[in-house]
Amino acid sequence: MIVTAVIFINAFALSVGLLIIFLDRVISNYPTCRITINEDKEFEAPGGKSLLRVLFENKYFIPSACGGKGTCGYCRVKVTEGGGKALPTEALILSSREIKSGFRLSCQVKVREDLKIEIPPEYLEIQEYQGKIISTVAVTSDIKKIDIKLINPPEIHFKPGQYVQIKYHNPEGDIDYRAYSIASTPDETDHIELNIKKIPEGLVSTYMHSLGKGDMVEFSGPYGDFFLRTDSHKKIVCVAGGVGLAPLKAIILYWETHQNERILELYYGSRTIEDLYDHETFRRIERENENFRYYPALMNPDENWKGYIGFIHEVMEEKLTDGEDTEAYICGPPPMIDAAIKTLTGKGVTEERIYFDKF
Amino acid sequence: MRVALILFASILTSNIALTYFLGMCPFVTISKNIEVAIGMGIAVTFVMTITAVANWLINTYILIPFGLDFLQFLVFIITIATIVQIIEIFIDRFSPALYHAFGIFLPLITVNCAILGISLFMVLRTYNFQETLFYSFGSGVGWLLAIVTIGGLRKKLIFSDPPKNFGKPGITAILAGIMALAFIGFTGVASL
Repeated sequence: MIVTAVIFINAFALSVGLLIIFLDRVISNYPTCRITINEDKEFEAPGGKSLLRVLFENKYFIPSACGGKGTCGYCRVKVTEGGGKALPTEALILSSREIKSGFRLSCQVKVREDLKIEIPPEYLEIQEYQGKIISTVAVTSDIKKIDIKLINPPEIHFKPGQYVQIKYHNPEGDIDYRAYSIASTPDETDHIELNIKKIPEGLVSTYMHSLGKGDMVEFSGPYGDFFLRTDSHKKIVCVAGGVGLAPLKAIILYWETHQNERILELYYGSRTIEDLYDHETFRRIERENENFRYYPALMNPDENWKGYIGFIHEVMEEKLTDGEDTEAYICGPPPMIDAAIKTLTGKGVTEERIYFDKF
Repeated sequence: MRVALILFASILTSNIALTYFLGMCPFVTISKNIEVAIGMGIAVTFVMTITAVANWLINTYILIPFGLDFLQFLVFIITIATIVQIIEIFIDRFSPALYHAFGIFLPLITVNCAILGISLFMVLRTYNFQETLFYSFGSGVGWLLAIVTIGGLRKKLIFSDPPKNFGKPGITAILAGIMALAFIGFTGVASL
């Protein structure tokens, strides 16, 4: 009796499992769909995949930081024809006004009919690059500076503060992308420096930390509207938390050679002196430029530390002068960004002049 | 005649939500909005009918002849999960609009205890095929009726001022209790 029961239950579960797989194969084969971008470019793609994936496979690179989970909201595109209504998952990210005007998260749109979409023209300039690692340096216990020389194409043009997406082939055979800001100056177009913090259990950061000199990496870019506004003459306030320093370093290096008539204040917060990487670089810039002001702050200083102690927004509260003529660039963990924005608006910096990059 | 009686009783006097208090989680959480409640109710009716019929066929032609009726629980749950999955695949492919309308409700129904309850009651009461069909459809309609009615009542609740300690789920349970009394009032007409 028990044997019959075990055999039956296994056979039953197996047969319904096979039935589902069979039906999924037979039913879910969508016809080839035609995707039109900005009314002038079009391509055909097999249906059934997400729009983001299809666009990537056809070398149209849309920003995406969360790897298609529908949480970061970077991959929004305007779908003007087809695609159905926005899903409940999208309503959490997109505003009702965006949904009304046709915006969708491309990672949540399944391609099953012909689509017409609109994407910002600057996305069309995003390219895929191959590079070779020329050096890796562990600057703190969990952050590595990785310098990548561009092989194909040999040059990249970006704005200081923008990021690239590293392509990672995961063990399941899929492709993951993770966003990392470029920390080197845009004047050096033949290589980029990334500052990568190792996240426990993080797939791509662990992979990047495992690479050494001579290894090849693939990435696409540049992405993002977090970059230095060079047409302005206002004072620049940079606020960095931990590895969030990377895009701001690019901004500062660019400022040093092109815009150093503007005043630049860097507020840089971290836990300990060991985590305060590039400290010496900023000390040097401070010595060489009278317009540069450097305010590093530590949460847990040792006895030799003579700088500021505490949260970075507390230092800003103390040191920041009135914000009438200021624009601010913030990058770091979300709670730090929120606190910094609050301090800045309290000092009279209007929100449209505060740029930030949450990660 | 007997099937008409079963249909009537399963919708009103033996309402699955209000007299057996099955399928309570969506009943309390999704009844805030009438349109959503209607969507959930239709989905439940649909799945309930199909799964009860499928389970009746499996029970009658496979489990009982082979003496495996003690596996009913396990087999019924697998069948329900499979059927919901298959329905989802079909709707996704052939009617994206309906798929989006159902949204999250369809997969949620897999774990709705009212669905399993119907399959178990049908065995307990030794219904034949026709009776099972009417009973499961009637129960689905009854559940739809209950959730839509309570949805309407909760909409009116914003104009009243229930004691604070009842909270929102609390006052919903009390409402459901009063509604159950009203439904049981039909018991003299027909009951299961």
